[in-house]
Amino acid sequence: MAKLSTWVATIGDWLSLRLGASGQPSDGREYRVPSNAISWSYVFGSATAVVLLLELVTGLCLALVYAPSADNAWESLLYLNYHQPLGWYVRALHYWGSNFLVALMIIHLLQVFILGAYKYPRELTWISGVLLLILTLAMALTGEVLRFDQESYWDLAIGFALVGRTPLIGGFLVHFLMGGPIIAGATLARMFTVHVLLLPAAILALTGLHLLMAYRLGISEWPMPGRFVNRDTYLANYRDQLARDGEPLIPNGLRNDLFFAAIIILAVIVTSAILGPKGPNGAPNPSIIRTRPHPDFYFLWMEALMGLLPSWLDTPFAFLVLPLLVLGLIALPLISPIGERHILRRPLSLVIAIVALTVLAATTWLGTSDPWSPHMDAWSSTPTPADYLKGRTPLEIQGAILIQSKQCRNCHALGGAGGMRGPALDNTATRLTRNELIRQILQGGGNMPAYGKALKPAEVDAIVAFLMTMHPPNEPPAHNSARPAGLPDTGG
Amino acid sequence: MSESPELAPSDPSLTADNSRRSFLLRAGLFLNAIALTVFAVPIVGYLLAPMRRASFLKWISLGPVTGFPENQTRLAVYSNPFRLPWDGSTADIPCWVRRLTGDSFQVFATNCSHLGCPVRWFPESELFMCPCHGGTFHADGARASGPPPRGLYEYPYKVVNGELWIKAGQMPVMSLSEA
Repeated sequence: MAKLSTWVATIGDWLSLRLGASGQPSDGREYRVPSNAISWSYVFGSATAVVLLLELVTGLCLALVYAPSADNAWESLLYLNYHQPLGWYVRALHYWGSNFLVALMIIHLLQVFILGAYKYPRELTWISGVLLLILTLAMALTGEVLRFDQESYWDLAIGFALVGRTPLIGGFLVHFLMGGPIIAGATLARMFTVHVLLLPAAILALTGLHLLMAYRLGISEWPMPGRFVNRDTYLANYRDQLARDGEPLIPNGLRNDLFFAAIIILAVIVTSAILGPKGPNGAPNPSIIRTRPHPDFYFLWMEALMGLLPSWLDTPFAFLVLPLLVLGLIALPLISPIGERHILRRPLSLVIAIVALTVLAATTWLGTSDPWSPHMDAWSSTPTPADYLKGRTPLEIQGAILIQSKQCRNCHALGGAGGMRGPALDNTATRLTRNELIRQILQGGGNMPAYGKALKPAEVDAIVAFLMTMHPPNEPPAHNSARPAGLPDTGG
Repeated sequence: MSESPELAPSDPSLTADNSRRSFLLRAGLFLNAIALTVFAVPIVGYLLAPMRRASFLKWISLGPVTGFPENQTRLAVYSNPFRLPWDGSTADIPCWVRRLTGDSFQVFATNCSHLGCPVRWFPESELFMCPCHGGTFHADGARASGPPPRGLYEYPYKVVNGELWIKAGQMPVMSLSEA
C-alpha cells in the first residue's frame, strides 16, 4: 500500500511539473519567449492549429448536409458537389485542408525532433503531439471512408483483410469493426461515429493539453551545441534566459506565426478553389469489380510497403514492426530525456531522421505510380508498337497477337506502355535464350503465373518466335554458352 | 502520513469503528459497483452485438444452373441475406461461378486472398488477376503467382432442383477461412 502511494506520488509529481510548472520568470512582466526562438523554424505548430480549426469548421458544415447512411451517402456527396451552393468548395476545403494538416504535422514533428525540443521538461508535450498525429491519421482514414464511393469501399476491404490476419481474434475483430458480416450500413455508421464524435473529442482534448503545456513550459530556446539539458538546472536557466533577453510573445513572438498561418490558409483556399473536391468516384457497389483501389496520399507509403515486401513479411510488418515503430516514436522523450539538443551532436538522431524521411518519401513516390499493380486493361487498350511488327514472319506476328490476347501486357510493357509488374519485353531476347523463354512461359516463377495450361504448344511456339525478335538490331539474342558456337540453341 | 497526533480525528464519530458513517461509505461503494455493472453489461452486450455469432453463413440461391454455361466462369451477384434495409448497393455481393460439367461447380469469393481486392477473371489466359498487387490464381482457384498466401476463398455449394445454392453471407478474410 505504501509502495503504491509512493508510486502515485511520483507520477503525480512528474505530471504536475509538466502540466503546472511555469517557464516564465516571476518578475511580473508580460509573457515572453526566448529571442532566439523567434524564427521561421518555429511556425509549424501554430499553422497546424489553425488548419485544425479550418477542418473543424468545414467538417461541421459538411455534417449538416451529409447523409451517413450506406444507401444515401454517395448521393449526398453528389448533392454537395452539384446542387448545394458552394458544397463543392466546402468539400474541397475539408479535403485539401486535411492534406495540409497531415503535412504540417509531420513537418512540425520533424522540426521538434531536429531541434531536440522534446527533451526535459517537454516530454509530455511531445507524447501528446505524437498521439495527435496518430489520431489525425485515424481521422484521415475514416474521412476517406466517409467519402463513400467505390474506392472507399475497396480501401475498407483491404483494411479489413489486413485486420482479419490478426492471429486468433481476427474474425471477431473484423465483425466488430464492420458492425456485421459485410461492409455495409453499419460499417459506415461506425466510421461516421468515430470520425465525427469520438476522434474530434479526443483531438480537441489533447490539443488543449498540448497547447497548455507549450504555454506553461514556454517555447523551447534555440539549441546550442555543448549546452546540455539537465533536469536540475534547465527550468532555472530557461527563466534566466527569458529575464535576460526574452521578447514579449505579443506581438514579437507571434509575428512569423501570423504571417505563415495566413499564407497556409490562403494556400488551402487557392488549392481548393482550383482543384476542387476529391470524388466521389463510382458508386460503392461491390459487384462493380472493375476497380483499382488506391488509398489517399497519406497512406501510399503503407500501400507501397504492402506491395513491395515479400508476402511472408506483410503480417509481421503490420502487426509487429509498425506498432513498435509507433511506440518508439511515442517513447522517444523517455528514451533520451536529457543531454545535447543540437542535431549535429546527435548523430544517431540525424541518421534516423534521414532514413525515416527517405523511406517515407520514396515509398510515397512509388505509391503514386504503383509499379507492382498490373494494368488490367493494357492487353486490350495498348497496341503492340508498329515497329515491332515490320518485316516479321506470320508466326512472329501471331505471337505478338497472343501476347496481347493472353493478357501478357497487363504485367509486361512494350515500347514503354503496359504493366510494370514484370520486366518490359522490349529486350527479352538479349536476356533469355529460347529454352529459357519456353520454360518461363510454361512454368512461370518470380511472380509470373505458369501459362502451361492456358497455352497450346503451337501458341507457345508463336509467342517465343515473337519474343526472339525482341532485341536491338545491333545486339544478338542471348545464347546458351554451354553449346558450341554455330549450333542452333534448340532441344534440351 | 498521518503519524502526527494532532491530525488524528478528535470527533469520536469519525473513528473507524463508528458504524453508521463507515456503513454508509461501504454501502455507497457497493451500490455504485452494482449500478455500474447493471449499466455496463447491457452496453457491452449492445456493442458486441455484431459478434454474437462466429460466422454469418446461410444458403443463398444464385439462380438456375442453366444460367452458367459449362466450362465457363461467370460473375454472379447475390443480395446478402444479413442485409439491413439501409445497406443499399453495398449488400450486392459478387462471386465467381465456375461450372465444370453438369452439377459440378466451383464458386469463389471475388476478394483476393492477399488483401481483399476484387480479382478479375480472364478467360483468354484462364487466370484470375488481382488489380492491387498482381496476385494471380488458376481457373480452379489455386494460387498461381504473386503475394497471395493461399488460393481463392471458395464457397460450399449444392444444386437443388436445378438451382445453384452457395453457403455465404460474410466477407472472407484470413481468419474466417470457411469463407
